[in-house]
Amino acid sequence: MKCENKDVVIVGGGPAGLAAAVKLHQLGVRDILVVEREKQPGGILRQCIHDGFGLTRFGETLSGPEYAQRFLSQAQQLGIEIVPDTTVLQVSGDRLVTTASRDGLAQYKAGAVVLAMGCRERTRGALAIPGERPTGVFTAGVAQAYMNLYNTMVGKRVVILGSGDIGLIMARRMTLEGAQVLGVYEIQPYANGLPRNIEQCLNDYHIPLHLSHTVTEIHGNARLTGVTVSAVDERCRPIPGTEERIDCDTLILSVGLLPENELSLDAGVLLDPRTRGAVVDQYMQTSVPGIFAAGNVLHVHDVVDFVSLEAEHLAEGVARYLAEGGLPRCESCVRAGAGVGHVLPHTVSGAEDVTLSLRVRTPMKNCVLEVRQDGRTVKKMKMRKALPAEMIQVPLKAEDLQEGADLEVSVQC
Amino acid sequence: MEPQFDVLVIGGGVVGCAIARELTRTRWKVGLLEKNLDVAYEASGRNSAVLHGGFAYDPGTLKAKLCVEGNAEFDQVAEELDVPFKRTGKVLVGNTPEDMASLRRTLETGRINGARNLEIIDKERLHQLVPSVVGEFALWSPTSGIMDPFLYTVALAENAVQNGARFFFDAEVTAIRREDGIYHLTTKQGEFTSRWVINSAGLGCGKISDMLGIHGYSIRGSKGDYIILDKRVGPLLPMPVYPVPSNTHMGIHVTPTVDGNVTVGPNAEYVDDFDYYGVPATSIESLAESANTLWPCIRREDYIRNYSGILSKWVDADGTIHDFTIEMRPEAPNAVNLIGIESPGLTAALPIARYVINLIRQKADLPENPDFNPRRKGIVRFAEQSDEVKAQLIAQDPNYGELVCRCEKVTRAELLQAIHNPLGVHTMVAVKYRTRCMMGRCQGGYCQMRMAQMIEEELGLQPTDVLYNRPGSHPFTGRVREQ
Repeated sequence: MKCENKDVVIVGGGPAGLAAAVKLHQLGVRDILVVEREKQPGGILRQCIHDGFGLTRFGETLSGPEYAQRFLSQAQQLGIEIVPDTTVLQVSGDRLVTTASRDGLAQYKAGAVVLAMGCRERTRGALAIPGERPTGVFTAGVAQAYMNLYNTMVGKRVVILGSGDIGLIMARRMTLEGAQVLGVYEIQPYANGLPRNIEQCLNDYHIPLHLSHTVTEIHGNARLTGVTVSAVDERCRPIPGTEERIDCDTLILSVGLLPENELSLDAGVLLDPRTRGAVVDQYMQTSVPGIFAAGNVLHVHDVVDFVSLEAEHLAEGVARYLAEGGLPRCESCVRAGAGVGHVLPHTVSGAEDVTLSLRVRTPMKNCVLEVRQDGRTVKKMKMRKALPAEMIQVPLKAEDLQEGADLEVSVQC
Repeated sequence: MEPQFDVLVIGGGVVGCAIARELTRTRWKVGLLEKNLDVAYEASGRNSAVLHGGFAYDPGTLKAKLCVEGNAEFDQVAEELDVPFKRTGKVLVGNTPEDMASLRRTLETGRINGARNLEIIDKERLHQLVPSVVGEFALWSPTSGIMDPFLYTVALAENAVQNGARFFFDAEVTAIRREDGIYHLTTKQGEFTSRWVINSAGLGCGKISDMLGIHGYSIRGSKGDYIILDKRVGPLLPMPVYPVPSNTHMGIHVTPTVDGNVTVGPNAEYVDDFDYYGVPATSIESLAESANTLWPCIRREDYIRNYSGILSKWVDADGTIHDFTIEMRPEAPNAVNLIGIESPGLTAALPIARYVINLIRQKADLPENPDFNPRRKGIVRFAEQSDEVKAQLIAQDPNYGELVCRCEKVTRAELLQAIHNPLGVHTMVAVKYRTRCMMGRCQGGYCQMRMAQMIEEELGLQPTDVLYNRPGSHPFTGRVREQ
């Protein structure tokens, strides 16, 4: 088997992998390999033909493929090596990367490895929705791929379970292609998607959003013939007597994304049970030295712009790791306090600037975000509103931080 | 009139396929009629996937005799047919003096039946065998094992076809008549004629028996639900772990699969609808709760899917469950009637087939087929090979280097072999079960579009022609844009 040395091997040519590659090159790292399992790089953006990408990163609104192309063109101009149609089979803790392609198996000994595999969708099995297993039940991303990449229509009368962004996008997309979208049902008392998607994908098309409702049974034994929906109580349990049967041939599930960390686990990378992504320090280095992670494989982002920015920040850490043979120790833990679902990075040095990324647990209005270290307030921000759907970025200055003491972030009304 | 077949087997479950395969050892012209679109669609593909030891059945019954026989020969069978099988052993775990008494009775029953090497083991040995189990002692059956019941049935069917049998799908038998010593079977695919008929229709055995003129069997469906757990937990369970059995039911158990997942189940409930495989939420909760007392490693985040199966039982009004019944009756000359073939039908399938053939031999001459080849090769799985073999496979066929399913690491080469399978079945589930594509933790999120596209391209189908599993199970309603 062929074995080559590489300064950096990047696993995944989606938005995180491409942004990391370009930035690494700009920082002077030349010996880079991006491994992409698809025929074309771009990751999930390839099937996101709607617009709204790039407002933060480029100051204009682009479609998914256009957004990916910006990075891809740059990577190609810089001559960065991208191998498509190639799957990473294994990453070892000592950074030996094994790949498979039609040309055979190959191994790369990498100075640093960047994990940029993205995420996958939660499935019906993970939700354990009872009933038969007819066809016509699709996760939103699968339906999107069928329609936008494979020119295949998946149904005509549609119910959507979950108000995640892809489900909202698909409500509009299927309506535009002639399907009848009967409604979106969300088990939580609040929407999970971005407010702009609720407005532009549901309200603009008069598609009703039913909060505190879920699908309690699936009907049909060949193709879906209908679903039963029920209202749920404050603990998300279905309320008997509220069942309503809806005739439909398609159920779209938009019930969450999970970082895809199978390769990370093989490499011995420690995961955070809340994000299901790696535990990282402020340089995006995982618990395994020289292995870094960014993008949706680390934690599920709301918009792709933050994926690119996070990957570019990662590239700075990787470049420094390669140049200096290591990175400053990060011994202060960052904890999610009251109101906070999760916060990244998990550890900071306390000696350098750092930006925290976090999500709140529940929607809040007129609240205060506070970062405390050792009983002292490091930062305090008033916020008009905070939604679980939106990631919050909190820049912290080195001069406000101490070394060696843990931080805690809270968001409270 | 010359009939089309010497013998027609009704039912493409594991038993029907085993009968067809064993019949191809003779020169008879063998056909098999299956109402579904693939073999093993009902009970044969929906069970605990355990090779049973033979200790759970009353001495002297066919269940006991044929199970022990099937267990003893299975290493050779698995090798000949190239199907996944592991003789893991299994434990039945107890805690109370009553449990101990019950396990001793089970051991004694097993000893009389001829089940080999059973013993009662103490807590220490139990925890050496299965560290994560909760229990004071156990009955240890070292000859029990786990297998892939779907691939086993496919292997029997493919070997039968390779030796000359013909299989017909979507061919439910709706009427049978006998004229001038020839059976005429009516199906959607037309009429089939044969000298002999074998009723191996599983859940439909009562209906077919009535069509043959043999009446009086009350067939009930016993539905059991299962949860499938992620491969993450597989290493915690080296063998099936059962509770102490009751008279009628083996109890809710946890079973490793040959692919490294774990199944939890089944419960058991009599049902009237033999076609409904939905799993209620209450079942899922109670299965996990019950099995967690035995093996406390079942967490909701590891559920990847659930499924159910329905066993065909011949049950009297007073609840008595009958032994396997395999008979020839004067009402239906030249017919073999199989009634109430439930568990351990998977373990006993080949012994049942030989039993059927011995019955036929009493009335007919069965000349040997000198060209019979008992060996069949399955699809070589990329994921299960060493790096060296992987490299060789890709060198021989570059399609082995193209991964279609990321979770189970299934390659294009394997999908191509499955799409062009010897039985000529074309559903997505047929490809899924033959390759494990779509069976990993993402449940087809990445690979199903690729599989559907390959089926369309390889077989020249439109999206609306693709079927998932049953007739009418169209995943797609058309093109988004006409090309």
